[in-house]
Amino acid sequence: MIAYTIRRLLMLIPVLIGMSIITFSIIHALPGDPARAVLGERASAEQIAEVRESMGLDKPIYVQYFNYIGKLLQGDLGRSYITGREIAPELFTYLMATFELAIAAMLIAVFFGVNLGILSAWRQNSWVDYSAMMIALIGVSMPVFWLGLMEQWLFAQELGWLPSSSRLDARTMFEPITGLYVIDSIITGNWAVLGDAIRHLILPAVALGTIPMAIIARMTRSSMLEVMRSDYIRTARAKGLSEFWVIYKHTLKNAFIPVLTVVGLQTGILLGGAVLTETIFSWPGIGRYLYDAITSRDYQIIQSGILVVATIFVLINLIVDLLYAMIDPRIKYGRE
Amino acid sequence: MSIGPSPNTAPDSTLNKSELEEEMVENQFRDLLRSFIRHRSAVIGGAIVLFFILIALAAPLIAPYDYKAVNENIRLSSPSPEHWLGTDDMGRDIFSRIVYGARISLWVGFVAVSGSIVVGSLLGLIAGFYGGWRDVLISRIFDILLAFPSILLAIAIVAMLGPSLENALIAIAIINIPTFGRLMRSRVLSIKEEDYILAARAMGMKNGRILFQHILPNSWTPIMVQGTLGFATAVIEAAALGFLGLGAQPPDPEWGKMLADARPYIQTAPWTMIFPGLAIMMTVLGFNLLGDGLRDIMDPRMKQ
Repeated sequence: MIAYTIRRLLMLIPVLIGMSIITFSIIHALPGDPARAVLGERASAEQIAEVRESMGLDKPIYVQYFNYIGKLLQGDLGRSYITGREIAPELFTYLMATFELAIAAMLIAVFFGVNLGILSAWRQNSWVDYSAMMIALIGVSMPVFWLGLMEQWLFAQELGWLPSSSRLDARTMFEPITGLYVIDSIITGNWAVLGDAIRHLILPAVALGTIPMAIIARMTRSSMLEVMRSDYIRTARAKGLSEFWVIYKHTLKNAFIPVLTVVGLQTGILLGGAVLTETIFSWPGIGRYLYDAITSRDYQIIQSGILVVATIFVLINLIVDLLYAMIDPRIKYGRE
Repeated sequence: MSIGPSPNTAPDSTLNKSELEEEMVENQFRDLLRSFIRHRSAVIGGAIVLFFILIALAAPLIAPYDYKAVNENIRLSSPSPEHWLGTDDMGRDIFSRIVYGARISLWVGFVAVSGSIVVGSLLGLIAGFYGGWRDVLISRIFDILLAFPSILLAIAIVAMLGPSLENALIAIAIINIPTFGRLMRSRVLSIKEEDYILAARAMGMKNGRILFQHILPNSWTPIMVQGTLGFATAVIEAAALGFLGLGAQPPDPEWGKMLADARPYIQTAPWTMIFPGLAIMMTVLGFNLLGDGLRDIMDPRMKQ
C-alpha cells in the first residue's frame, strides 16, 4: 500500500507541472499584449511599459514561468487586475461556499442515486425499473444550467417555496467560522440561520446533484444486478433472510466498489457544474468568482482559479484511488 | 475479444477471399440492423437524432421567420398561432431560432467529436502500438488534460483563444481527446497480443499495414459507441460555453446563448427559456439513448 501510494504521488508531479504550464499559458497565449488586456485599448505606451514591468512581462518566458511557480509554491496566486486585491485569501472564502454546495449536491446524488438504483435492480424490468431508469436518463441529458433556471422559475418565482439566489437572506446577520454555513450555524447553535442556509442550499444542490445522481443510479443498478445473481445472495435468500436484509446488507456492500469510483469521477462534473450552477443561483463560490472574472476579463483570477480547482480535483481523485486500492487489493498490483 | 465489424480479417490466402468477406460483412450488417431494430431505446434515440438532423438540414424550409429578424413591436410575446413558441426580448421568433440553432449544435457536436476521434485515436494508436517513451509521453498528456474538470479546461482554452463559436468548438474537441485516446490505446494493447496479429507479424507484415488493416478496423466499435455518447456531451458543453458567453456570439441562435439571453425574463416570459432548454435536452437524450443502444448491440457483454 505504501509503495502504491508513493507511486501515485510521484505520478502526480508531471500532471501538476503540466497543469501549471497550461494555466500559465492562459495569460501568455492571449492574442496581443497581456498588459494591454489589463489596461484596455486606450492605455498609453508608458502605462503599458509600466504594467509590463510590474507583471514581469519584460523577462524571458522561462524566467516568467519559474517566477510564477515560485510564487505559487509560496501560496501567492497573484492580484486581481481589476480590484488589485490579492487572490489567495479571497479564493478561500469562495472555495468554502463551493465545498458546501458540492457536498450537499453529492449527498443528494448518493442518497437518491443509490436508492433509485437498488429499486430498479430489485424490480428489474418492471415499470418501476423503467421509470427509474428513464428518470436517470433524463437526468444525464439535462443541462445543469437549464435545470437550475427551471427550478428558479418553478420553485422560487411561481410557487415561492424557496429562495432563488445567494446563501442567506440579505437581512440575516451571521459571522461565519469555517465558511460552511450549515456547520457554522450548528456550532453556534443558531437555528434560524441553519434553516435559512438549508433553504438556500436546496435548489442549487439539487441542480448540481442531478447528473451525478443519474449516473450513480445507473451504476448502482448494474452492479447490484450482477451481485444479486451471485451464489451467496441465493444462499442468503434460501436461508430465509428478509428481502430488505438481503439487499441492504449483502448486496449493497459488494456493489459499492464500482459506485465509489463513479462518486470519485463525479467530482469533476461537480466542480465543473459548480461554475454554471453558482452563476445561476448567485452562489458566492469559486464558480461564480470565475464567471465574474471571465466577464470582466480578469485573466489573473481565471488563471489562478482554474489551477486551484484543477488541483483540488486531482487531489480528490488521488484520495479516491487510494481508497479504492484499500478496498480492493487487486488494484495496486495491476497495471496503471 | 474483437466484436467489431470484421473480426476475421486475419491474413488468409483463400482464393475467393473477397467474395467470402463481402458475404460475411453483409451478414453481419444484417444481424446488426436486426438487433438495432429490436432494441427499443436505440430506435427511439436514433429517431430523435434523425429528427434533429432533418430539422437542421431543412431549417430554411421549416422556420417560418428569419431567425435574426428583430421586431420591437412583438417583444416577449407569448406562444401564439403566429409565433408557436413565442418571441424573445428582441421580438425574434423563438421557433425559427431553435430550428436554426439545431444546425449550430449538431455542427459543433459533429466537428468537435470527429476532431477528438481523429486526434485521440491517432495518439492512442501510437501510444498503444509502439509503447515505450511515446506511450509515456502521450499517456501523461492525457493525464494532464483529464486533470481538469472538462468544462473548466474548455473555459481555459476559450479564455486563451478568445470567445467565439469556432474556438468553443476547438476547446470541446481538445477536452475530449483523452477519452478517445485512452479507449483506443487500451483496445490496441489487447488486440496487439491476439494470435492473428502475431501471425501477420510472423508473415513479415509491416507495422503500418498491421495498424491500418487489422488494428484500426477492429477498434472501431467502442470508438463509435463512445463517439455517439461523446456527441451528447459535446452538445451540452457547447451550450454551456454559449451560456457563459464564451461560445456562439449574437445574433447566432445557439441554444445555450438563447438561455443566457432569456435569464432576465425568467418571470415575465418563461417560454424564452423553456424551449431552447428542451431542445438541448431532447438532442442530448437522443444521442445518449442511441449510444447506450449501440453499446448493447455491438458489445453484448455490456448488456444487463
